[in-house]
Amino acid sequence: MTLEASQETQVPVELVTLTIDGVEVSVPKGTLVIRAAELVGTEIPRFCDHPLLEPVGACRQCLVQVPDAGNGRGFPKPQASCTLEVAAGMVVETQVTSAVAAKAQVGTMELLLVNHPLDCPVCDKGGECPLQNQAMSHGQGETRFAETKRTFPKPYPVSEQVLLDRERCVLCARCTRFSEQIAGDPFIALVERGAQQQVGIGPETPFHSYFSGNTIQICPVGALTSADYRFRARPFDLVSTPSVAEHDSSGSAIRVDHRRGKVMRRLAGDDPEVNEEWITDKDRFAFTWSEQPDRLRTPLVRDPESGELVPTSWLGALAVAARGLAAAGSVGVLPGGRLTAEDAFAYSVFARAVLGTNDIDFRARAHSYEEAAFLASTVALRSDVTFTDLERAPRVVLAGLEPEDEAGMIFLRLRKGVRAGRTRVVTIASHLTRGSRKLDAQLVATRPGDEARAIADLDLGPADILLVGERLALVPGALSAAAASPARLAWVPRRAGDRGAVEAGALPTLLPGGRPVSSAAARADLVAAIPVPGVAAWPAEPGRGLEAILEAVTVGELGGLVVGGVEVDDLPDPEVARDALEKAFVVSLEVRASDVTALADVVLPVAPPVEKSGTFVSWEGRPRRFGRVLDVAGSLTDVRVLAGIAEEMGRPLGFRSTDEATALMQQVGPWDGERAPAPTVSPAGPAEGAVVLSTWRQLVDDGRGQDGQALYRATARPAVIRASAATLAAAGIEDGAPATIATRAGSATFPAVVDDLPDGVVWAPGNSGVNLRAALSADHASAVTLKPGPSQVVQA
Amino acid sequence: MTDTLTPVLSRNWGDDRAWTREAYEAQGGYDALRKAVTLTPDEIVTLVKDSGLRGRGGAGFPTGMKWGFIPQDPETEAGRKPKYLVVNADESEPGTCKDIPLMMASPHTLVEGVIIAAMAIRAEKAFIYVRGEVLHVVRRLRAAAREAAEAGYLGTDVLGSGRTVDLVIHAGAGAYICGEETALLDSLEGRRGQPRLRPPFPAVEGLYASPTVINNVESIASVPSIVSGGIEWFGSMGTEKSKGYTLYSLSGHVARPGQYEAPLGITLRELLELGGGMREGSRLKFWTPGGSSTPLLTAEHLDVPLDYEGVGAAGSMLGTKALQVFDQTTSVVRCVLRWTEFYKHESCGKCTPCREGTWWLVQVLQRIDAGQGREGDIELLLDLCDNILGRSFCALGDGATSPITSAIQYFRDEFEAGMLAPSRELYPPEASMLQRPEVAR
Repeated sequence: MTLEASQETQVPVELVTLTIDGVEVSVPKGTLVIRAAELVGTEIPRFCDHPLLEPVGACRQCLVQVPDAGNGRGFPKPQASCTLEVAAGMVVETQVTSAVAAKAQVGTMELLLVNHPLDCPVCDKGGECPLQNQAMSHGQGETRFAETKRTFPKPYPVSEQVLLDRERCVLCARCTRFSEQIAGDPFIALVERGAQQQVGIGPETPFHSYFSGNTIQICPVGALTSADYRFRARPFDLVSTPSVAEHDSSGSAIRVDHRRGKVMRRLAGDDPEVNEEWITDKDRFAFTWSEQPDRLRTPLVRDPESGELVPTSWLGALAVAARGLAAAGSVGVLPGGRLTAEDAFAYSVFARAVLGTNDIDFRARAHSYEEAAFLASTVALRSDVTFTDLERAPRVVLAGLEPEDEAGMIFLRLRKGVRAGRTRVVTIASHLTRGSRKLDAQLVATRPGDEARAIADLDLGPADILLVGERLALVPGALSAAAASPARLAWVPRRAGDRGAVEAGALPTLLPGGRPVSSAAARADLVAAIPVPGVAAWPAEPGRGLEAILEAVTVGELGGLVVGGVEVDDLPDPEVARDALEKAFVVSLEVRASDVTALADVVLPVAPPVEKSGTFVSWEGRPRRFGRVLDVAGSLTDVRVLAGIAEEMGRPLGFRSTDEATALMQQVGPWDGERAPAPTVSPAGPAEGAVVLSTWRQLVDDGRGQDGQALYRATARPAVIRASAATLAAAGIEDGAPATIATRAGSATFPAVVDDLPDGVVWAPGNSGVNLRAALSADHASAVTLKPGPSQVVQA
Repeated sequence: MTDTLTPVLSRNWGDDRAWTREAYEAQGGYDALRKAVTLTPDEIVTLVKDSGLRGRGGAGFPTGMKWGFIPQDPETEAGRKPKYLVVNADESEPGTCKDIPLMMASPHTLVEGVIIAAMAIRAEKAFIYVRGEVLHVVRRLRAAAREAAEAGYLGTDVLGSGRTVDLVIHAGAGAYICGEETALLDSLEGRRGQPRLRPPFPAVEGLYASPTVINNVESIASVPSIVSGGIEWFGSMGTEKSKGYTLYSLSGHVARPGQYEAPLGITLRELLELGGGMREGSRLKFWTPGGSSTPLLTAEHLDVPLDYEGVGAAGSMLGTKALQVFDQTTSVVRCVLRWTEFYKHESCGKCTPCREGTWWLVQVLQRIDAGQGREGDIELLLDLCDNILGRSFCALGDGATSPITSAIQYFRDEFEAGMLAPSRELYPPEASMLQRPEVAR
């Protein structure tokens, strides 16, 4: 943040001096009068004005008198201060000093309420409503309107998730401008005219936007409401807590509103450096996952006789876990990618100091040793690129990254830069997606597997920004090419905890603070900083990655596993994983019952983010600290549980709480010695086979983090297979007909859509209806076969 | 100033098949274009500037000056962009009926003006945005454009001059607001017709964000005669600041309603004489000088010179010179209610004062019209008008208040009477009808 501030001040700002209500004020050129007035302490009422949207001047609530426009002449009529730029020498009289302005504002307010139902007592917005508040502060107590109000049938669903009460709408066009200007999904628009003007949708195009929930939040009245939250709570009964969203690596600021121990809704926080005032619908609506019936509340231990998991006391469960791990001999640690940095740090220390192993890997997804080396050498401790940089850089190259699906805030920032004409986006991908079209991106059409060559061929310079996605781990040579590039580089994982886990050293070759396992000095550093009784040294041998850990279990080299938030179906080979989980002594630290807990020997329930404090490290490398929202008795962090096991094993970690972990992490600090070398893997080229799969997960999909939100899920994009006309024709598939992709492991069928992919490439969503990993053992750049779907076969 | 009619635009309206190129050329049509192609664009602009031609669409802005605002410096970004000429033929103002007869009777007059004006501002593409309801006019214009292209007046090489002018006749979809120039541009671009924020002004960023001139039909149609007749001839008509001739559309309770082309500055008294006076047995009660958006005037204003300054001094606006004349049988309240209903129907909905204000005004006027006015209603009407006038996004809202405030100014007692008796009793509608309904039994 301080870094940003200093950058801001480096830009010379031309100031303009004007007088508002008799007070002289200097503001940057181009400032709107409505915001300049805020600096002299005058809040001009407004509805359509929003600092992040283009001015429209529609509501006419912010009228002021301008006796001198800076040229000695005044405006004869009151002016909308939200569309008027300041000028040197301008004189502005707001409602504070001008009776004309005050009357104009009172008059407009009265007119706004003419067709407003005044149903505040039953309206969701009542209590936090700009119309209600400003009617109180700038309106008159009584209306003179005693005639017939306009009414509409209500509510009108603009999507499954967003409902519209048209009679409440003041037609400020914030929602329509947001969807057009910010999200690029202009599926809501004003239709009809006069007092019948209303927000509407096309006959077959509901408001399906990944960012639709923001319109609810910026609606200055209760016209747009969330189907989930509607009529559920009153704002004044809610307790609001600032927090950080857990669904992607953006680190978006959110506000969590809860009432009597239950989260009622989530809103976007306001962080100009990060997510501005927007969040994705996933961050907004997907918060019920931790309250599903399969939530774990008590420790469970597998009964040796019945083979069932039975509830046990914490002390008992920790003791069983400790004994089991001690008896297992060698143990691997799989923390998963959804942890806070503190929790990941605890796993990292637990593996090294308590279990004496470097067999730890947070990557609960496809990965490679090249990626581990890339993370250790190039990602850890690095923060080269910020959100603000994205909207200013002349060129941003996306490689293996679909920001609209995988990091919505990156998408919005890029779009902002593109719309302002500052940024050009280049995407190394199989095709131009809806998201990349909205970024006006230039496509470097690339067969999956060929990304390394595409990166090298782009001839990037130091002014360019290169954003690489996590699926480049599947493309040999791609991350090596990225590391070798002179461009400003950032790695954008999908999961919120991935980057924090890198910094915490939850990798086989990396220790906390970017320290390489191979460095004796680094290990000595840590042993000294994190004293654990009986531990004189941390293991020097590089550990195994996740895939190797699981294989080691199946061949009996490892006897135990400590598993955090890991979904078996996300893993490179779910079958091998299940096999390993059955063989090993498994201690599972989970929020909800899962495929891992089903096979675990000890299940230790841990707190979801809403019930704990901690830090997510965003893709920028920016620590995003958040406090606990819900205080739930018995809900323990991973830190606390691991500390408990460690103590049972006679090797106390020395910290038990998140705060203690934070303090220790700060004390350990970043490594200033020599870094591990960057990987230098040669490109392998696309996979062999007639058809190569391009895939990633769509924002709204079957991921368990979205459980419990049926209405939100109904807004998901339809799952389709995309391929070129030639590819489909070669497989005998017509546009729109069902198509099946298959591997030896299994198959998945979706309707086929002709798109601009290179011949021999198909795209399918990773987890929409079918989890390709689980069903096909296939991922990005896998070879698959493409054939007509079953129904067509039946017809033939 | 003369007191006789000066038919220039309407001179050929009575000719046989006046709308054909043949007939138009037979009476000297396209001679002005032949002269114009020998002039440089700047010479045409100067000519029109010096003629003193002012916009005939209502605001009276000097036409040549408007053309001069178009950035032509190829060193600037705006100067390099294509330029567009857009003719506003979305004539929809209640009472206004001059452009549609003109385009119907002599579309080539407009087409010739378009070609000259487009060359003057270096536009290679011109548009005529015609009110959607008048399909017959659209057909006439399209036929005229086709004929003009066939004769080499339009196209890539206008009369061998090497200049290009293409003309597109575009039909609107039936919205009064699209007569507002920026709403017209949005509509022409295929969007909803709603007024745009200014700045940027159309002269810099108009159609497709390029420099654009938007002129009324009559303004453009006047250009050929200025090119042919010269500025002295043009200036010999009209007044010092309102030069030339114009179409006055006389309608209402007048013996011979119609188009009267006369020098600017003529009075209603003179026009009524030309029009055969009021209808039999009636006397003037009130009138609008330029459509319903201009404050109405009364018999005391019969000798106001009908030019931009004269009508302005009388507290109204020349507007479109749509002289709607009402006699003593007319209820001012009912008349104003009808107009206000029109504005409510046509308000685009973009801004609060116009959208909500017209909704409310109609309801107050309805009850006064029904004889159920309440104490304070007149003050309420005036205060609402005060909250709309100058507070709206565009001039539509301003125009909606004009008939109300002016009617109350001159006929307050009639509004007061609306608290006691319905207008249909005080002023039976049958009495003010132009044609008494045939009694069907």
